[in-house]
Amino acid sequence: MDFELTEEQRIVQRNVRQFMLKEIAPVAEQIDREDKFPPNVWKAMGDLGILGVTVPEEYGGADFDLLTAVLVIEQIGRVCPALAVSYGAHANLCVDNLSRNGTDAQKRKYLPGLCSGELIGCLALTEPNAGSDALSLRTRAVKDGDYFLLNGTKMFITNAPVGDVFIVYARTANSGPLKESFTAFIVEKEFPGFQVSRALEKMGNRGSPTGEIVFEDCRVPGENVLGEINGGVNVMMGGLDVERAFFSGEPLGIAQGAFELARQYAMEREQFGKPISSFQLIKAKLADMYTEIEAARGLVYRAATLADRMQRGGKGTEVHKMAAAAMLFAAETATRVSNQALQIHGGYGYMLEYPINRYYRDSKLYEIGAGTSEIRRMLIADEILQRGLEYV
Amino acid sequence: MSEMTDPVVVGVSEEEKILKETVRRFAEQEIAPRAQEIDAEDVFPRDLMTSLGKLGLLGITVPEEYGGAGAGIRAQAIVVEELARVSAAVASSYAAHSNLVLDNLNRHAGPSIKEKYFPALCTGEKIGCLAITEPGAGSDAISMRCTARREGDHYILNGTKIFITNGPVADTIVVYAKTAPKQGSKGISTFVVEKEFPGFSVGRKIAKMGHRGSPFGELVFEDCRVPAENLVGEENAMVRMVLQGLHRERIVWSSEAVGIAQGAYDIARKYAVEREQFGKVLADFQMIREKLVDMALEINLGRLLVRRCAVMADMAMEGEVGLQASYAKLFTGEMAERVTSKGLHILGGYGYTKEFQIERYFRDAKAMPIGAGTSEIQRLIIARKLLE
Repeated sequence: MDFELTEEQRIVQRNVRQFMLKEIAPVAEQIDREDKFPPNVWKAMGDLGILGVTVPEEYGGADFDLLTAVLVIEQIGRVCPALAVSYGAHANLCVDNLSRNGTDAQKRKYLPGLCSGELIGCLALTEPNAGSDALSLRTRAVKDGDYFLLNGTKMFITNAPVGDVFIVYARTANSGPLKESFTAFIVEKEFPGFQVSRALEKMGNRGSPTGEIVFEDCRVPGENVLGEINGGVNVMMGGLDVERAFFSGEPLGIAQGAFELARQYAMEREQFGKPISSFQLIKAKLADMYTEIEAARGLVYRAATLADRMQRGGKGTEVHKMAAAAMLFAAETATRVSNQALQIHGGYGYMLEYPINRYYRDSKLYEIGAGTSEIRRMLIADEILQRGLEYV
Repeated sequence: MSEMTDPVVVGVSEEEKILKETVRRFAEQEIAPRAQEIDAEDVFPRDLMTSLGKLGLLGITVPEEYGGAGAGIRAQAIVVEELARVSAAVASSYAAHSNLVLDNLNRHAGPSIKEKYFPALCTGEKIGCLAITEPGAGSDAISMRCTARREGDHYILNGTKIFITNGPVADTIVVYAKTAPKQGSKGISTFVVEKEFPGFSVGRKIAKMGHRGSPFGELVFEDCRVPAENLVGEENAMVRMVLQGLHRERIVWSSEAVGIAQGAYDIARKYAVEREQFGKVLADFQMIREKLVDMALEINLGRLLVRRCAVMADMAMEGEVGLQASYAKLFTGEMAERVTSKGLHILGGYGYTKEFQIERYFRDAKAMPIGAGTSEIQRLIIARKLLE
């Protein structure tokens, strides 16, 4: 096993780090306070070449391996978790998905704009009553000549209030197994009958817009079916391991950002005549935080490397449980580390003028979004119960 | 879990049951409908303090002759828990006013101060706050730099206090300052300051992650002239007062943590029995049951610790109560964090939005292991006692 990053990976890591420090860090607090990103942030990320991080170059992407993509989202999350959420929804849930499942015509039509930052992408799966139980979705698509008519409501959709291109799952068959009854569609915000009905206010990751979408006889051309009709499950599940491995970089970055703030504060703040970093209780916290972050990093990077090498993910593959474990552990590490980091700040940590409270509020999302910790635990348990650990 | 009908909560009296029911009814009818707005707008519900005064809750531990109800800390803990169950912000402002100021002064001030200040504080006409913490003196409170120098019939106060609950709206301020700076902990005195005193001003208001609506800010004393009769107790005797006061503050603060946890539990339980996924309600899944059980277990433990401690304080078991108050504070602060986190988690994506309000409990809970002595300080206090 090789634990060294390649020269190219290091360069990408450094470039994103510099971009985040220069362009985003100075406005990160404002983004949280005003609950919106500054204009041009998508264009700037497009110029940096990270929006189509896993997309082939011919469609405007950077064609990086998955570990490099993880390094990118990690560096974004380290400074501004909210931006990482929006970036992840765009670059993975929408763009990577389109890149893997789209026809050549679909890719030529949408990917260049999505990679340059001209278009913002979203994925619409969750519904008010279909959360963890995603397959129970009720949005319907009915064939009407060359079009499909979509009706239904989608909930908690990242980027929806500002999105241009949506991958939407809708039920297309009334009978048969649930898994073979729905289809993925590419929907543009201009399609008649499409409407973002409201923006949702969240505790954290403020700035990353979240919304509810309503489809009322929304007309989607037949050529915008993504994958096969009634084959939505392949589009949904095919990329799940990649998605989990990719997204696990985000809480890893948050944990690191929170740790750095706490380390700095502990060295500067004096009580009882010495810096609080000289007290054993604080030292122990910092040591535990570091250890957990590095344990998470090992798991996250390994899952990403594995996901890249596997031809196929899904049930029965090693990457399936490893990617879920990476996400489970990185997410819970982020909440524990950001909690300890706030605690080290004491009363100051609780004030909005210190950035650590933002990391605390932001981190909690990762135990919930893109699959809850419970769903991850169920998946891991099912895999190891059926197949053991597969170690020699 | 219905703690209302718990048969043996260290002997709940009939009066306490009635008190609990009364406060709960008031909290649900008058505070709950406004709790979200209080948080979102970060605006102090001044009128609620007057209502709490009318109910006789502000001076609950103050003797009747000064306008109080003459009850003990057990009763105050019940009030705080019920308030915190719907709004931690209201509970915090109430606790600062009724415990840190009224209960504190009641134990240490002479009759003239009580006669002068208590009636208006008990009705809610005036708001009180207590000022110890300074920008450079948090956990290390004794290192405070605020000074008070005697000048004829007055003391002249200079310094800055920070993180003062109710500070920006307070009329009556209890403040600690050094009267003999070289004597360390034995050179600190306590004063009652009125906001109109020359040289007193409110510095900036500070925005917090939680307990929003409970005003919080900086107080500035610049040659502030305080009449000598506003010295509380004896000069340089603050330490004894603080140490005793801290036990009582910690009991009340712990009770607030229990209330926050109970409120979050109630929301999560309701959601778990209503929300369906995979064709059954969430409460049918073992992982969710485990969370609810652990939450309820910890809340019960926390309430028992607080209750036991409050009983000890009311029995004036001063030798015991300090250690027990630190146990309660340490456990309940971290418990509230765990319980609200699990509660939010049960609500999934809905929990993370502002609509179901549980995210407010999650934010509010994080103050509990920080304020009134951090968890780290509680551990050091407990260790010292254990190793004595």
